[in-house]
Amino acid sequence: MSLDVDIEHARGTFRLAATFAAQPGVTALFGRSGSGKSTLVDIVAGLIRPQRGRIVIDGTTLVDTARGVFAPKHRRRVGYVFQDSRLFPHLSVRQNLLYGRWFSRGDGGVAGDFGSIVELLGIAPLIERKPDSLSGGEKQRVAIGRALLAHPRLLLMDEPLASLDEQRRAEILPYIERLRDIGVPILYVSHSVIEVARLATTVVILSEGKVTAVGPVLDILPLAEASDGGSVLEAVVARHDDAFQLTTLGSRAGDLQVPRLAAETGSVVRAYIRSRDVMLSLQPPQDISALNVLSGKVSQISESGAQADVRLDCNGATLVARLTAKSVQRLALSPGRPVYAVIKSVSFERS
Amino acid sequence: MTAEEWTAVRLSLLVAVTATAASLPPGIAIAWLLARGRFWGKSLLDTVVHLPLIMPPVVTGYLLLISFGRRGPIGEFLEQTFGIVFAFRWTGAALACAVMGFPLMVRAIRLSIEAVDTRLESAAGTLGAHPLWVFATITLPLCLPGVIAGAILSFAKSMGEFGATITFVSNIPGETQTLPSAIYTFTQVPGGDAGALRLTLVSIVISMAALLGSELLARRIGARRVAT
Repeated sequence: MSLDVDIEHARGTFRLAATFAAQPGVTALFGRSGSGKSTLVDIVAGLIRPQRGRIVIDGTTLVDTARGVFAPKHRRRVGYVFQDSRLFPHLSVRQNLLYGRWFSRGDGGVAGDFGSIVELLGIAPLIERKPDSLSGGEKQRVAIGRALLAHPRLLLMDEPLASLDEQRRAEILPYIERLRDIGVPILYVSHSVIEVARLATTVVILSEGKVTAVGPVLDILPLAEASDGGSVLEAVVARHDDAFQLTTLGSRAGDLQVPRLAAETGSVVRAYIRSRDVMLSLQPPQDISALNVLSGKVSQISESGAQADVRLDCNGATLVARLTAKSVQRLALSPGRPVYAVIKSVSFERS
Repeated sequence: MTAEEWTAVRLSLLVAVTATAASLPPGIAIAWLLARGRFWGKSLLDTVVHLPLIMPPVVTGYLLLISFGRRGPIGEFLEQTFGIVFAFRWTGAALACAVMGFPLMVRAIRLSIEAVDTRLESAAGTLGAHPLWVFATITLPLCLPGVIAGAILSFAKSMGEFGATITFVSNIPGETQTLPSAIYTFTQVPGGDAGALRLTLVSIVISMAALLGSELLARRIGARRVAT
């Protein structure tokens, strides 16, 4: 799968000008609300006609304003999972799931028969029910199945978890991961750094209608200014310590000890470390309660007002610490300076 | 009831059912245009559709007479091309009733189409459905209660239509004498009170049956929608 987008669209005072290419896997469109993410996916789906630009999927041109090409939404074969699942209220779950099959010509796109997709999403017990008797999480799983069964070339997901509570989110995330792992190309819109850290292969950062960065999630996420900063470390589960209920992870930056994870030894996890949970010390800290201390070098300092984000290079891995400008001055931090990062807490998103 | 009275009842039902059935397809199409369309002259179309509601029925009947009558431009064309005659036939009564009931039908259907969530329609589009299929499989089923309400209104209007019908196709027993015309005729002759009263009762029974039928139908659709 390949998706090339280069569009411009203005509405009122808001101007969207985005150019990016999505690779196979999950491409996350990440940015604050109002940054133009949803408008961008609506344009890819054909719900909005852009004023200028080109959209090409797998060599098929969907939009090219210069040549007057505009494929209507029903000919794009782009599956769309909306934030509000938009199941058809007068049809049963089964009829909802099969809706797209009547119209898809079944050539190429995501392969998958009814039975295997129903099983993959765990919705077999629901298929004879009506949408309004389903919970929010169940509705969203049915909506994903409905989009997949139309054999899309690309699956668009616009904040599919935003209207759900924490528990429901945790219920659906593994299903989206399964889709990614069986090779469904996904364009995933989110303003949640945790979701992006967990799911994304490639990240496209949008800010005020412009693409500010594109690249692999581990490199790009620390650059994001959205919500709160943080960095992602890829790590392998090294061993479990049953006495203290801890798990040791081996990462490029060094070992991390975290509360016991329900993951098997040897599996790969992504640890998300918020920059405000990182302290810096010039000396190796001693007699300190925090278990995780990584050593590295300052690579970049970006100050904004009283705050400063200090990017560290820990043996090739990136870590970001958010300090006060005063601390930066007091420690005389500058690029190249060796420091010790004390990590107060680590969030985990299995991958 | 006399044979003549039964003829009036049968004719009224035939006229009302024909008028309702024939105006449903254009009624749905125009309601959809008014609810979802964006085109030049939309408010003009809206006004034209509502004209029969605000004009005196006799005026509507007279306009039909001069355009659809044997010598009228449309009437002459239809007779020569298709052999269809409206003037002084029951089909003309059905045409008059359809025109008079049209604004009521379009209004009810338009409101229910406007109530259908367009986001469901775009979701159906992204699943590969052509706009016509989206209409047939999503919009129409979801606005069905409004379509039924519109049909009942049109039927009721047709059962009661008097002014336009009598002006356009006159009051010919067995051909264009519907229930209201028959009641009117009875009141014009000495000793016609008993006949007028009988037909009035029949008229009330038919109206109530139509209303009850639509309620039952609407309830069944509603029940189907929430059934789990």
